Amino acid sequence: MQDFADAFARAVTLVISGDADLIEIVALSLRVSLTATLLACALGLPIGALLAIARFPGRGAVTVVINALMGLPPVVVGLVVYLHLSRAGPLGFLGLLYTPAAMIIAQTVLITPIVAALSRQVLEDLHAEYAEQFRSLCLSRRAAVGALLWDGRYSLLTVALAGFGRAVAEVGAVMVVGGNIDHLTRVMTTAIALETSRGELALALALGIVLMVIALGVNALVHGVHQSAARRAHA
Amino acid sequence: MHEPRPAGPAAATNPAPPAGPRLRAEAITLTQGGRRLLDGVDLDLAGGGITMVLGPNGAGKSLLLKVLHGLIAPDTGRVLWDGRPAGQATRRRQAMVFQRPVLLRRSAAANIDFVLRARGRRDRARRDALLAHVGLDAHASRPARRLSGGEQQRLALARALATGPELLFLDEPTASLDPASVLRIEQVVAAARADDTGVVFVTHDVGQARRLADDIVFLHRGRVVEHAPAARFFDAPASAAARDFLAGRIVV
Repeated sequence: MQDFADAFARAVTLVISGDADLIEIVALSLRVSLTATLLACALGLPIGALLAIARFPGRGAVTVVINALMGLPPVVVGLVVYLHLSRAGPLGFLGLLYTPAAMIIAQTVLITPIVAALSRQVLEDLHAEYAEQFRSLCLSRRAAVGALLWDGRYSLLTVALAGFGRAVAEVGAVMVVGGNIDHLTRVMTTAIALETSRGELALALALGIVLMVIALGVNALVHGVHQSAARRAHA
Repeated sequence: MHEPRPAGPAAATNPAPPAGPRLRAEAITLTQGGRRLLDGVDLDLAGGGITMVLGPNGAGKSLLLKVLHGLIAPDTGRVLWDGRPAGQATRRRQAMVFQRPVLLRRSAAANIDFVLRARGRRDRARRDALLAHVGLDAHASRPARRLSGGEQQRLALARALATGPELLFLDEPTASLDPASVLRIEQVVAAARADDTGVVFVTHDVGQARRLADDIVFLHRGRVVEHAPAARFFDAPASAAARDFLAGRIVV
Protein backbone atom coordinates (compact mmCIF):
# COMPACT_ATOMS: atom_id res chain seq x y z
CA MET A 1 0.00 0.00 0.00
CA GLN A 2 2.94 2.25 0.85
CA ASP A 3 4.16 1.81 -2.75
CA PHE A 4 0.86 2.96 -4.19
CA ALA A 5 0.68 5.99 -1.93
CA ASP A 6 4.25 6.84 -2.89
CA ALA A 7 3.50 6.34 -6.60
CA PHE A 8 0.42 8.49 -6.36
CA ALA A 9 2.34 11.29 -4.64
CA ARG A 10 5.01 11.19 -7.33
CA ALA A 11 2.28 11.14 -10.00
CA VAL A 12 0.72 14.30 -8.62
CA THR A 13 4.17 15.89 -8.52
CA LEU A 14 4.69 14.97 -12.18
CA VAL A 15 1.40 16.55 -13.16
CA ILE A 16 1.94 19.71 -11.14
CA SER A 17 5.54 20.19 -12.16
CA GLY A 18 4.64 19.80 -15.83
CA ASP A 19 7.03 16.95 -16.59
CA ALA A 20 8.35 17.22 -20.16
CA ASP A 21 7.69 13.58 -21.08
CA LEU A 22 4.21 13.80 -19.66
CA ILE A 23 3.41 16.95 -21.61
CA GLU A 24 4.77 15.48 -24.83
CA ILE A 25 2.58 12.40 -24.46
CA VAL A 26 -0.53 14.38 -23.55
CA ALA A 27 0.04 16.81 -26.43
CA LEU A 28 0.37 13.97 -28.95
CA SER A 29 -2.77 12.33 -27.59
CA LEU A 30 -4.76 15.52 -27.99
CA ARG A 31 -3.34 16.23 -31.44
CA VAL A 32 -4.17 12.74 -32.72
CA SER A 33 -7.63 12.49 -31.17
CA LEU A 34 -8.74 16.06 -31.98
CA THR A 35 -7.61 15.66 -35.59
CA ALA A 36 -9.44 12.33 -35.80
CA THR A 37 -12.55 13.98 -34.36
CA LEU A 38 -12.44 16.77 -36.94
CA LEU A 39 -12.02 14.26 -39.77
CA ALA A 40 -14.77 12.05 -38.37
CA CYS A 41 -17.12 15.05 -38.27
CA ALA A 42 -16.19 16.06 -41.82
CA LEU A 43 -17.10 12.53 -42.95
CA GLY A 44 -19.76 11.54 -40.45
CA LEU A 45 -21.97 14.63 -40.42
CA PRO A 46 -22.73 14.55 -44.17
CA ILE A 47 -23.37 10.80 -43.94
CA GLY A 48 -25.68 11.37 -40.98
CA ALA A 49 -27.48 14.20 -42.79
CA LEU A 50 -27.88 12.09 -45.91
CA LEU A 51 -29.34 9.18 -43.94
CA ALA A 52 -31.62 11.56 -42.06
CA ILE A 53 -33.06 13.34 -45.09
CA ALA A 54 -32.61 11.34 -48.27
CA ARG A 55 -34.86 8.42 -49.15
CA PHE A 56 -33.11 5.73 -51.17
CA PRO A 57 -33.23 1.95 -51.42
CA GLY A 58 -31.08 0.28 -48.80
CA ARG A 59 -31.22 3.26 -46.45
CA GLY A 60 -32.50 1.09 -43.61
CA ALA A 61 -29.71 -1.43 -44.12
CA VAL A 62 -27.04 1.28 -44.20
CA THR A 63 -28.45 2.73 -40.98
CA VAL A 64 -28.34 -0.65 -39.25
CA VAL A 65 -24.76 -1.27 -40.42
CA ILE A 66 -23.57 2.14 -39.22
CA ASN A 67 -25.31 1.68 -35.88
CA ALA A 68 -23.56 -1.69 -35.54
CA LEU A 69 -20.19 -0.15 -36.45
CA MET A 70 -20.52 2.16 -33.43
CA GLY A 71 -19.39 -0.81 -31.37
CA LEU A 72 -16.29 -1.60 -33.43
CA PRO A 73 -13.55 -3.08 -31.22
CA PRO A 74 -10.57 -0.70 -31.41
CA VAL A 75 -8.03 -3.52 -31.84
CA VAL A 76 -9.93 -4.81 -34.85
CA VAL A 77 -9.93 -1.33 -36.36
CA GLY A 78 -6.21 -1.19 -35.63
CA LEU A 79 -5.69 -4.53 -37.33
CA VAL A 80 -7.64 -3.57 -40.46
CA VAL A 81 -5.83 -0.22 -40.75
CA TYR A 82 -2.53 -2.02 -40.12
CA LEU A 83 -3.22 -4.44 -42.98
CA HIS A 84 -3.85 -1.50 -45.30
CA LEU A 85 -0.83 0.51 -44.21
CA SER A 86 1.69 -2.30 -43.83
CA ARG A 87 4.36 -2.53 -46.49
CA ALA A 88 2.52 -5.34 -48.28
CA GLY A 89 -0.81 -3.56 -48.01
CA PRO A 90 -2.55 -1.44 -50.65
CA LEU A 91 -1.51 1.81 -48.93
CA GLY A 92 1.92 0.58 -47.87
CA PHE A 93 3.66 2.91 -50.33
CA LEU A 94 2.58 5.86 -48.19
CA GLY A 95 4.93 4.72 -45.42
CA LEU A 96 2.47 5.78 -42.73
CA LEU A 97 2.68 2.79 -40.43
CA TYR A 98 3.98 3.66 -36.95
CA THR A 99 3.40 7.39 -37.44
CA PRO A 100 0.85 9.73 -35.82
CA ALA A 101 -0.89 9.88 -39.22
CA ALA A 102 -1.63 6.16 -39.01
CA MET A 103 -3.05 6.67 -35.52
CA ILE A 104 -5.25 9.51 -36.76
CA ILE A 105 -6.53 7.29 -39.58
CA ALA A 106 -7.32 4.45 -37.18
CA GLN A 107 -9.18 6.66 -34.73
CA THR A 108 -11.06 8.35 -37.57
CA VAL A 109 -12.23 4.93 -38.78
CA LEU A 110 -13.19 4.06 -35.22
CA ILE A 111 -15.36 7.10 -34.48
CA THR A 112 -16.77 8.10 -37.87
CA PRO A 113 -19.62 5.56 -37.45
CA ILE A 114 -20.34 7.05 -34.02
CA VAL A 115 -20.57 10.57 -35.41
CA ALA A 116 -22.65 9.40 -38.40
CA ALA A 117 -25.10 7.31 -36.38
CA LEU A 118 -25.64 9.82 -33.58
CA SER A 119 -25.92 12.80 -35.92
CA ARG A 120 -28.41 10.88 -38.08
CA GLN A 121 -30.64 10.52 -35.03
CA VAL A 122 -30.33 14.20 -34.12
CA LEU A 123 -30.96 15.41 -37.66
CA GLU A 124 -33.78 12.98 -38.34
CA ASP A 125 -35.74 14.24 -35.33
CA LEU A 126 -35.13 17.82 -36.36
CA HIS A 127 -36.06 17.10 -39.96
CA ALA A 128 -39.32 15.45 -38.93
CA GLU A 129 -40.25 18.72 -37.29
CA TYR A 130 -39.08 21.04 -40.09
CA ALA A 131 -39.78 19.03 -43.24
CA GLU A 132 -43.26 20.32 -44.07
CA GLN A 133 -42.33 23.94 -43.39
CA PHE A 134 -39.22 23.58 -45.55
CA ARG A 135 -41.26 22.11 -48.39
CA SER A 136 -43.68 25.00 -48.11
CA LEU A 137 -40.76 27.41 -48.36
CA CYS A 138 -39.38 25.50 -51.37
CA LEU A 139 -35.93 25.30 -49.83
CA SER A 140 -33.18 23.67 -51.83
CA ARG A 141 -31.74 20.44 -50.43
CA ARG A 142 -28.56 22.32 -49.60
CA ALA A 143 -30.33 25.11 -47.74
CA ALA A 144 -32.38 22.55 -45.81
CA VAL A 145 -29.31 20.55 -44.75
CA GLY A 146 -27.51 23.75 -43.80
CA ALA A 147 -30.43 24.84 -41.64
CA LEU A 148 -30.64 21.44 -39.95
CA LEU A 149 -26.90 21.39 -39.20
CA TRP A 150 -27.01 24.91 -37.80
CA ASP A 151 -30.15 24.42 -35.73
CA GLY A 152 -28.82 21.11 -34.43
CA ARG A 153 -25.42 22.60 -33.61
CA TYR A 154 -25.61 22.10 -29.86
CA SER A 155 -26.67 18.48 -30.12
CA LEU A 156 -24.09 17.89 -32.86
CA LEU A 157 -21.35 19.35 -30.66
CA THR A 158 -22.31 16.74 -28.09
CA VAL A 159 -22.01 14.11 -30.80
CA ALA A 160 -18.51 15.34 -31.68
CA LEU A 161 -17.48 15.29 -28.03
CA ALA A 162 -18.77 11.74 -27.67
CA GLY A 163 -16.58 10.78 -30.63
CA PHE A 164 -13.59 12.56 -29.12
CA GLY A 165 -14.14 10.84 -25.78
CA ARG A 166 -14.11 7.47 -27.46
CA ALA A 167 -10.98 8.29 -29.50
CA VAL A 168 -8.87 9.70 -26.70
CA ALA A 169 -9.66 6.78 -24.37
CA GLU A 170 -9.06 3.88 -26.75
CA VAL A 171 -5.81 1.97 -26.63
CA GLY A 172 -6.08 -0.95 -29.05
CA ALA A 173 -6.09 0.85 -32.39
CA VAL A 174 -3.27 3.32 -31.67
CA MET A 175 -1.18 0.55 -30.15
CA VAL A 176 -1.43 -1.64 -33.25
CA VAL A 177 -0.83 1.04 -35.91
CA GLY A 178 1.32 3.42 -33.84
CA GLY A 179 3.53 0.92 -32.09
CA ASN A 180 3.87 3.03 -28.92
CA ILE A 181 7.26 4.39 -29.98
CA ASP A 182 8.79 6.75 -27.44
CA HIS A 183 8.79 10.43 -28.53
CA LEU A 184 7.02 9.47 -31.74
CA THR A 185 3.76 7.60 -31.32
CA ARG A 186 3.39 7.22 -27.59
CA VAL A 187 0.04 8.51 -26.40
CA MET A 188 -1.60 8.51 -22.97
CA THR A 189 -3.36 5.17 -23.20
CA THR A 190 -0.47 3.23 -24.70
CA ALA A 191 1.95 4.81 -22.24
CA ILE A 192 -0.27 3.83 -19.31
CA ALA A 193 -0.38 0.25 -20.55
CA LEU A 194 3.39 0.14 -20.98
CA GLU A 195 4.39 1.88 -17.77
CA THR A 196 2.00 -0.26 -15.75
CA SER A 197 3.47 -3.45 -17.16
CA ARG A 198 6.96 -2.11 -16.40
CA GLY A 199 5.98 -1.25 -12.86
CA GLU A 200 6.52 2.49 -13.45
CA LEU A 201 3.33 3.34 -11.65
CA ALA A 202 4.05 7.04 -11.11
CA LEU A 203 4.00 8.00 -14.79
CA ALA A 204 1.09 5.63 -15.47
CA LEU A 205 -0.91 7.17 -12.65
CA ALA A 206 0.00 10.71 -13.69
CA LEU A 207 -1.27 9.99 -17.21
CA GLY A 208 -4.33 8.34 -15.77
CA ILE A 209 -5.07 11.47 -13.76
CA VAL A 210 -4.76 13.67 -16.87
CA LEU A 211 -6.96 11.28 -18.85
CA MET A 212 -9.61 11.32 -16.14
CA VAL A 213 -9.53 15.12 -16.01
CA ILE A 214 -9.98 15.27 -19.78
CA ALA A 215 -12.87 12.78 -19.62
CA LEU A 216 -14.50 14.76 -16.82
CA GLY A 217 -13.88 18.01 -18.65
CA VAL A 218 -15.48 16.68 -21.84
CA ASN A 219 -18.53 15.52 -19.91
CA ALA A 220 -18.79 18.81 -18.06
CA LEU A 221 -18.57 20.61 -21.39
CA VAL A 222 -21.34 18.44 -22.86
CA HIS A 223 -23.48 19.13 -19.82
CA GLY A 224 -22.79 22.85 -19.95
CA VAL A 225 -23.57 23.07 -23.65
CA HIS A 226 -26.91 21.37 -23.10
CA GLN A 227 -27.74 23.55 -20.14
CA SER A 228 -27.02 26.78 -21.98
CA ALA A 229 -28.86 25.56 -25.07
CA ALA A 230 -31.90 24.66 -22.97
CA ARG A 231 -31.77 28.04 -21.28
CA ARG A 232 -31.92 29.75 -24.61
CA ALA A 233 -34.54 27.31 -25.86
CA HIS A 234 -32.36 26.20 -28.72
CA ALA A 235 -32.24 22.59 -27.61
CA MET B 1 -44.80 43.15 -51.22
CA HIS B 2 -45.52 46.83 -50.79
CA GLU B 3 -44.44 48.59 -47.67
CA PRO B 4 -46.50 47.09 -44.85
CA ARG B 5 -49.13 49.45 -43.59
CA PRO B 6 -51.55 49.14 -40.72
CA ALA B 7 -55.15 48.46 -41.59
CA GLY B 8 -58.26 47.65 -39.66
CA PRO B 9 -59.94 44.27 -40.04
CA ALA B 10 -61.75 44.03 -43.32
CA ALA B 11 -65.51 44.10 -43.03
CA ALA B 12 -67.74 41.56 -44.71
CA THR B 13 -68.86 44.35 -47.04
CA ASN B 14 -65.55 44.49 -48.89
CA PRO B 15 -65.82 44.89 -52.66
CA ALA B 16 -65.97 41.61 -54.48
CA PRO B 17 -62.58 40.12 -55.49
CA PRO B 18 -61.71 40.06 -59.19
CA ALA B 19 -63.58 37.46 -61.19
CA GLY B 20 -62.19 34.34 -62.89
CA PRO B 21 -60.85 31.31 -61.00
CA ARG B 22 -57.16 31.40 -60.21
CA LEU B 23 -56.95 28.39 -57.90
CA ARG B 24 -58.95 25.41 -58.99
CA ALA B 25 -59.41 22.04 -57.30
CA GLU B 26 -60.98 19.29 -59.37
CA ALA B 27 -62.53 16.19 -57.81
CA ILE B 28 -60.00 15.90 -54.98
CA THR B 29 -60.18 12.73 -52.94
CA LEU B 30 -57.81 11.68 -50.21
CA THR B 31 -57.94 8.55 -48.08
CA GLN B 32 -55.70 8.02 -45.08
CA GLY B 33 -55.76 5.00 -42.80
CA GLY B 34 -58.85 3.63 -44.51
CA ARG B 35 -60.84 6.83 -43.92
CA ARG B 36 -61.92 9.07 -46.75
CA LEU B 37 -60.91 12.50 -45.50
CA LEU B 38 -61.52 14.49 -48.68
CA ASP B 39 -64.38 13.23 -50.76
CA GLY B 40 -64.64 14.78 -54.19
CA VAL B 41 -63.75 18.40 -53.51
CA ASP B 42 -64.34 20.82 -56.39
CA LEU B 43 -63.39 24.41 -55.75
CA ASP B 44 -62.78 27.58 -57.77
CA LEU B 45 -61.12 30.46 -55.97
CA ALA B 46 -60.70 33.87 -57.54
CA GLY B 47 -57.21 34.31 -56.13
CA GLY B 48 -57.91 37.68 -54.52
CA GLY B 49 -59.61 38.60 -51.29
CA ILE B 50 -59.96 36.44 -48.22
CA THR B 51 -61.52 33.03 -48.55
CA MET B 52 -62.41 31.55 -45.19
CA VAL B 53 -62.60 27.77 -45.04
CA LEU B 54 -65.13 27.03 -42.33
CA GLY B 55 -66.32 23.77 -40.87
CA PRO B 56 -66.41 21.59 -37.80
CA ASN B 57 -63.30 19.83 -36.50
CA GLY B 58 -62.41 16.84 -38.61
CA ALA B 59 -64.12 18.18 -41.72
CA GLY B 60 -60.81 18.05 -43.64
CA LYS B 61 -60.03 21.77 -43.62
CA SER B 62 -56.32 21.55 -42.81
CA LEU B 63 -55.85 18.66 -45.18
CA LEU B 64 -57.56 20.56 -48.00
CA LEU B 65 -55.24 23.49 -47.38
CA LYS B 66 -52.16 21.28 -47.67
CA VAL B 67 -53.49 19.74 -50.86
CA LEU B 68 -54.17 23.20 -52.34
CA HIS B 69 -50.64 24.30 -51.37
CA GLY B 70 -49.22 21.17 -52.99
CA LEU B 71 -47.77 19.69 -49.82
CA ILE B 72 -49.93 16.58 -50.04
CA ALA B 73 -50.77 14.88 -53.32
CA PRO B 74 -54.42 13.82 -53.49
CA ASP B 75 -55.31 10.24 -54.38
CA THR B 76 -57.40 11.45 -57.31
CA GLY B 77 -58.17 14.82 -58.82
CA ARG B 78 -55.84 17.76 -59.28
CA VAL B 79 -55.11 21.26 -58.13
CA LEU B 80 -54.35 23.97 -60.67
CA TRP B 81 -53.04 27.44 -60.04
CA ASP B 82 -53.17 29.72 -63.07
CA GLY B 83 -53.69 26.52 -65.02
CA ARG B 84 -50.53 24.87 -63.70
CA PRO B 85 -50.56 21.82 -61.43
CA ALA B 86 -49.76 22.47 -57.79
CA GLY B 87 -46.15 21.69 -56.93
CA GLN B 88 -42.77 23.25 -56.33
CA ALA B 89 -43.30 25.93 -59.00
CA THR B 90 -46.64 27.13 -57.67
CA ARG B 91 -45.61 26.72 -54.04
CA ARG B 92 -42.75 29.11 -54.58
CA ARG B 93 -45.20 31.95 -55.12
CA GLN B 94 -47.34 30.94 -52.18
CA ALA B 95 -46.75 30.74 -48.45
CA MET B 96 -48.34 28.86 -45.61
CA VAL B 97 -48.64 29.40 -41.88
CA PHE B 98 -49.28 26.22 -39.96
CA GLN B 99 -51.51 25.79 -36.96
CA ARG B 100 -48.47 25.17 -34.79
CA PRO B 101 -45.69 27.48 -35.93
CA VAL B 102 -42.46 25.72 -36.89
CA LEU B 103 -39.76 28.21 -36.02
CA LEU B 104 -36.03 27.79 -36.38
CA ARG B 105 -33.90 27.63 -33.25
CA ARG B 106 -32.64 31.15 -33.77
CA SER B 107 -33.60 34.70 -32.95
CA ALA B 108 -36.83 36.17 -34.30
CA ALA B 109 -34.86 38.35 -36.72
CA ALA B 110 -32.77 35.38 -37.90
CA ASN B 111 -35.95 33.47 -38.72
CA ILE B 112 -36.92 36.22 -41.16
CA ASP B 113 -33.37 36.57 -42.47
CA PHE B 114 -33.30 32.86 -43.23
CA VAL B 115 -36.27 33.12 -45.58
CA LEU B 116 -35.08 36.34 -47.20
CA ARG B 117 -31.69 34.74 -47.82
CA ALA B 118 -33.24 31.56 -49.20
CA ARG B 119 -35.10 33.75 -51.69
CA GLY B 120 -31.86 35.45 -52.59
CA ARG B 121 -32.32 38.90 -51.11
CA ARG B 122 -30.85 39.80 -47.78
CA ASP B 123 -32.52 42.98 -46.69
CA ARG B 124 -32.29 44.19 -43.12
CA ALA B 125 -34.66 47.10 -43.68
CA ARG B 126 -37.31 44.76 -45.02
CA ARG B 127 -36.76 42.32 -42.16
CA ASP B 128 -37.17 45.12 -39.62
CA ALA B 129 -40.28 46.38 -41.42
CA LEU B 130 -41.79 42.90 -41.35
CA LEU B 131 -41.08 42.50 -37.63
CA ALA B 132 -42.62 45.89 -36.93
CA HIS B 133 -45.58 45.00 -39.12
CA VAL B 134 -46.47 42.09 -36.81
CA GLY B 135 -45.54 44.01 -33.67
CA LEU B 136 -42.35 42.13 -32.87
CA ASP B 137 -39.78 44.87 -33.45
CA ALA B 138 -39.00 44.93 -29.73
CA HIS B 139 -38.33 41.17 -29.76
CA ALA B 140 -36.06 40.97 -32.81
CA SER B 141 -33.09 39.49 -30.97
CA ARG B 142 -35.00 37.13 -28.70
CA PRO B 143 -34.82 33.40 -29.42
CA ALA B 144 -37.91 32.59 -31.47
CA ARG B 145 -38.82 29.65 -29.30
CA ARG B 146 -38.86 31.77 -26.19
CA LEU B 147 -41.64 33.95 -27.57
CA SER B 148 -45.22 33.44 -26.41
CA GLY B 149 -47.60 31.41 -28.55
CA GLY B 150 -49.13 34.53 -30.04
CA GLU B 151 -45.75 36.07 -30.73
CA GLN B 152 -44.53 32.87 -32.35
CA GLN B 153 -47.51 32.77 -34.65
CA ARG B 154 -47.04 36.43 -35.59
CA LEU B 155 -43.41 35.67 -36.38
CA ALA B 156 -44.50 32.73 -38.53
CA LEU B 157 -46.86 35.09 -40.36
CA ALA B 158 -44.10 37.67 -40.88
CA ARG B 159 -41.85 34.92 -42.23
CA ALA B 160 -44.56 33.81 -44.63
CA LEU B 161 -44.97 37.39 -45.84
CA ALA B 162 -41.18 37.63 -46.29
CA THR B 163 -41.47 35.34 -49.31
CA GLY B 164 -43.69 37.94 -50.97
CA PRO B 165 -46.48 35.42 -51.64
CA GLU B 166 -49.24 35.97 -54.16
CA LEU B 167 -51.37 33.55 -52.19
CA LEU B 168 -51.23 32.99 -48.44
CA PHE B 169 -52.57 29.87 -46.76
CA LEU B 170 -53.36 30.14 -43.07
CA ASP B 171 -54.26 27.03 -41.10
CA GLU B 172 -56.11 28.14 -37.97
CA PRO B 173 -53.34 30.60 -37.12
CA THR B 174 -55.22 32.08 -34.17
CA ALA B 175 -56.45 28.89 -32.51
CA SER B 176 -55.95 29.21 -28.74
CA LEU B 177 -54.09 32.53 -28.90
CA ASP B 178 -54.53 35.58 -26.67
CA PRO B 179 -57.01 38.21 -27.97
CA ALA B 180 -54.31 40.83 -28.62
CA SER B 181 -52.43 38.44 -30.90
CA VAL B 182 -55.64 37.42 -32.65
CA LEU B 183 -56.42 41.09 -33.34
CA ARG B 184 -52.91 41.75 -34.63
CA ILE B 185 -52.94 38.72 -36.88
CA GLU B 186 -56.34 39.68 -38.30
CA GLN B 187 -55.02 43.18 -38.97
CA VAL B 188 -51.97 41.82 -40.75
CA VAL B 189 -54.11 39.46 -42.82
CA ALA B 190 -56.42 42.32 -43.77
CA ALA B 191 -53.38 44.39 -44.75
CA ALA B 192 -52.09 41.54 -46.92
CA ARG B 193 -55.44 41.39 -48.66
CA ALA B 194 -55.28 45.13 -49.26
CA ASP B 195 -51.86 44.53 -50.84
CA ASP B 196 -53.49 42.15 -53.35
CA THR B 197 -52.29 38.99 -51.64
CA GLY B 198 -54.91 36.28 -51.91
CA VAL B 199 -55.67 34.62 -48.60
CA VAL B 200 -57.14 31.20 -47.89
CA PHE B 201 -57.82 31.08 -44.16
CA VAL B 202 -58.95 27.99 -42.29
CA THR B 203 -60.90 28.59 -39.11
CA HIS B 204 -63.70 27.14 -37.08
CA ASP B 205 -64.35 30.50 -35.44
CA VAL B 206 -67.56 31.90 -36.94
CA GLY B 207 -66.91 35.36 -35.51
CA GLN B 208 -63.51 35.47 -37.19
CA ALA B 209 -65.04 34.41 -40.48
CA ARG B 210 -67.61 37.21 -40.20
CA ARG B 211 -64.87 39.75 -39.50
CA LEU B 212 -62.56 38.80 -42.35
CA ALA B 213 -64.22 36.81 -45.10
CA ASP B 214 -64.94 37.87 -48.64
CA ASP B 215 -66.23 34.43 -49.42
CA ILE B 216 -66.83 31.29 -47.40
CA VAL B 217 -66.08 27.67 -48.21
CA PHE B 218 -68.02 25.46 -45.84
CA LEU B 219 -66.52 22.01 -45.50
CA HIS B 220 -68.31 19.09 -43.93
CA ARG B 221 -67.21 15.45 -43.89
CA GLY B 222 -64.61 16.04 -46.58
CA ARG B 223 -66.99 17.75 -48.97
CA VAL B 224 -67.53 21.36 -49.96
CA VAL B 225 -71.11 21.80 -48.84
CA GLU B 226 -71.28 25.49 -49.69
CA HIS B 227 -69.13 28.10 -51.39
CA ALA B 228 -70.71 31.53 -51.31
CA PRO B 229 -69.95 35.23 -50.79
CA ALA B 230 -69.70 35.91 -47.07
CA ALA B 231 -72.81 38.08 -46.82
CA ARG B 232 -75.00 35.52 -48.53
CA PHE B 233 -73.54 32.63 -46.52
CA PHE B 234 -74.18 34.27 -43.18
CA ASP B 235 -77.63 35.63 -44.14
CA ALA B 236 -78.97 32.51 -45.76
CA PRO B 237 -76.87 29.37 -45.44
CA ALA B 238 -78.14 26.86 -47.93
CA SER B 239 -77.26 23.63 -46.17
CA ALA B 240 -78.58 22.20 -42.92
CA ALA B 241 -75.03 21.54 -41.70
CA ALA B 242 -74.02 25.17 -42.22
CA ARG B 243 -77.20 26.44 -40.56
CA ASP B 244 -76.54 24.21 -37.53
CA PHE B 245 -72.89 25.26 -37.43
CA LEU B 246 -73.73 28.98 -37.53
CA ALA B 247 -76.40 28.49 -34.90
CA GLY B 248 -73.75 27.02 -32.59
CA ARG B 249 -75.18 23.53 -32.65
CA ILE B 250 -72.78 20.63 -32.63
CA VAL B 251 -72.18 19.37 -36.15
CA VAL B 252 -70.62 15.95 -36.60
